[in-house]
Amino acid sequence: MAMAQALPDDGIMRAADGTPLKVALARAQRREKLRAMGLILPLFLFIVLSFVTPILVMLYNAVYDPDVADNLPQTISALKAWDGTDLPPEEVFAAFVVDMKAAQQNRQVALVGKRLNYEISGIRSKVIATGRKVGAIEAPPYKDAVIAIDKVWGENETWATIKRSSSEYTPFYLLAMLDMRQSVDGAVERQPAERRIYWDVLKRTLGISFLVTAMTLIFGYPVAYLLATSPQKTASILMIFVLLPFWTSLLVRTTAWMILMQDNGVFSQFLSITGITWLLNLFGYIDGTPRLFHTRFATVVAMMHIQLPFTLLPIYSVMKTISPNYMRAAKSLGGTPFYSFVRVYMPQTLPGVAAGCLLTFIISLGYYITPALVGGPTDQMISGFIFSAINNENNWGKASALGVILLVATIILYYAYNKLVGIDRMKLG
Amino acid sequence: MKKFSLVLVAALLAGTALATTARAADELTVTSWGGAYQESQRKAFFEPFIAAGNKITEAEYSGEIAKVRAMVEAKAVTWDVVDVDTQTALAGCAEGSFEVIDWGKLGLDKAKFIGGDVSECAVPNILYSTVAAYDTSKTADPASLFEALFDQAKYPGKRALQKSPFVNLEWALMADGVAPEEVYKVLGTDEGVERALKKLDTIKKDVVWWTAGAEGPQLLADGQVVFATSWNGRFYNAIKNDKKPFKIIWDRQAPDWDFWAIPKGTPKIEEAYRFISYASDAQRMADQTKYISYGPANMDSAPMIDAAILPDLPSAPDNLKTVFYPDPQFWGDKGDELRERFNAWLAQ
Repeated sequence: MAMAQALPDDGIMRAADGTPLKVALARAQRREKLRAMGLILPLFLFIVLSFVTPILVMLYNAVYDPDVADNLPQTISALKAWDGTDLPPEEVFAAFVVDMKAAQQNRQVALVGKRLNYEISGIRSKVIATGRKVGAIEAPPYKDAVIAIDKVWGENETWATIKRSSSEYTPFYLLAMLDMRQSVDGAVERQPAERRIYWDVLKRTLGISFLVTAMTLIFGYPVAYLLATSPQKTASILMIFVLLPFWTSLLVRTTAWMILMQDNGVFSQFLSITGITWLLNLFGYIDGTPRLFHTRFATVVAMMHIQLPFTLLPIYSVMKTISPNYMRAAKSLGGTPFYSFVRVYMPQTLPGVAAGCLLTFIISLGYYITPALVGGPTDQMISGFIFSAINNENNWGKASALGVILLVATIILYYAYNKLVGIDRMKLG
Repeated sequence: MKKFSLVLVAALLAGTALATTARAADELTVTSWGGAYQESQRKAFFEPFIAAGNKITEAEYSGEIAKVRAMVEAKAVTWDVVDVDTQTALAGCAEGSFEVIDWGKLGLDKAKFIGGDVSECAVPNILYSTVAAYDTSKTADPASLFEALFDQAKYPGKRALQKSPFVNLEWALMADGVAPEEVYKVLGTDEGVERALKKLDTIKKDVVWWTAGAEGPQLLADGQVVFATSWNGRFYNAIKNDKKPFKIIWDRQAPDWDFWAIPKGTPKIEEAYRFISYASDAQRMADQTKYISYGPANMDSAPMIDAAILPDLPSAPDNLKTVFYPDPQFWGDKGDELRERFNAWLAQ
């Protein structure tokens, strides 16, 4: 009573020190929140730095391309008025000569050539040659002098390409990775047949990933069932056989497959000793010794071996939670073992199947080492092309664009999966 | 080129450099092609240079100029001296990836070096040659290089070729009936490139593509292929040191230079010059032939070379009978385009 009298009686609930309860509570909660945020801050910063930033940089690099804009600034401003019907006027060529002289001085000509060559095959060497000879042009008419160096400068397509490169941002890389390009008038069209490869690579990447996922499911599901239903002692021993390879490095396992699969390797000798090679030859399936190494078959088998535990373990952990009573009930109601299994048991394992398959599929999309080591040139997946764009071609735009396409494909798949199965139904363990 | 990514790469490279080894200020990073070749350089140049009180860190690559370009563009140059082939020297020079060489500073006479005027950014060190070889214990002598590479009826089995259009396209055209002196005229056109690829199509499914020079001899030793191409010194090493029963096909051998080049913007340019000058000494270049069968570019080395190795050098008269000289300028100018086309062909 004494407390209540000391405080103003305005109907507000108060804490012991007299501050309104609402304020005190909010303050306490804010402190809690800050503490919680402090705990997750290191991980949050880590994710921003190591995951979000690189993805943003990648998205940016897929469309950012300043090489031509930086090195031919006057040409580009002179080209602004050009409508593309006839050859550009004399001023454009005059500006071009000035730009090229400067670029030659700074040794940037080859970069311009390299960039233009992505769009006009074979122009790089002509740009470099022009850079070498342009110094000799002292006085007008520039147009005739430049075209005299190489007739590529007398073609509208060349200038249209330069004009298109005037912005520092370009859809070129993304289009190219879908085997598309912009024509002279800016319309989007398909690449000529001999340059169409990336659409195939994307289909191949999805196809191999799908095949690997399906195979791991076919092989993994019965094993998971065996593991989940065996007595504890047997199950632990079986589990070791699944986990031991799982704990072994991917590189080691891939190298092991190389040794097994190579010509005159273990497999090929086994097939030969057992007479299988002879039989296959007899029926005309193969001519000579079977080829395993550097084939799609080897790629899928090696990837399947590596991915098997990823599919199997989520299925196993879901199966462990399914009570045997359901099956008993189904059988007691007159279901045959097969019918009960398909109608009662299998639907309950779906969350595990979905989780395992999604995991394997998405990991498979990014495979690089295994196809590179046991596959042939036509078994390389998108990651392999990203590697070669960075390491062999120094083409960051292309590498980024391929990365973006892989990212988009993954997001679309995830979306479809969420619609079909529902991400909340997924159980990893 | 001021690319955002490159700043990031620079940061990453700097980070790795700090994390792995804090590079001593006077430590020179020399990058070469690994394997038996780098071993010969180690014995002939690196070890005596280190013994004379210098420090060298070695790195290896497979001729990917992209790595040098990325460093130069990111202004995070960690390779101070790089061993490059001719087309890399020319392309890198044109793009400003390499320093222009000051021969006066090197204290060397350019005229004394075979190929000294090929590129203003590079100092020639050896003459090597791209050749094919086979295992005499398993394969009968082929009549010509083209029979070895393209006649599958006579020599069934796989072939190991370099994963590069360089020399492969020329060989394919010659095998298809183009006269050697016409090769670059034909290859300069789109039709010519398609013709070469079409010829390679006939063996495409039988080709194992290699990137590092040591792979060719290795694939041959493992019996994975019936014929392998590589650089002649690699086969020499397998024959002499590993006692493999290999035989080099000198028919249509394709000689080329290797050079020392300095990536632009290295902080150790003085040391780089000192090393190149040291490694270009006539006696040391002659010493290198004790370990590998490449011809020294320094003409003064010729009288100092041990006579025993002379028949194994690409320049031996017997080996030069049907030599084919690749055109470095052609590759310096068109290399990027052809590599792109070649890679697209490979993936199809």
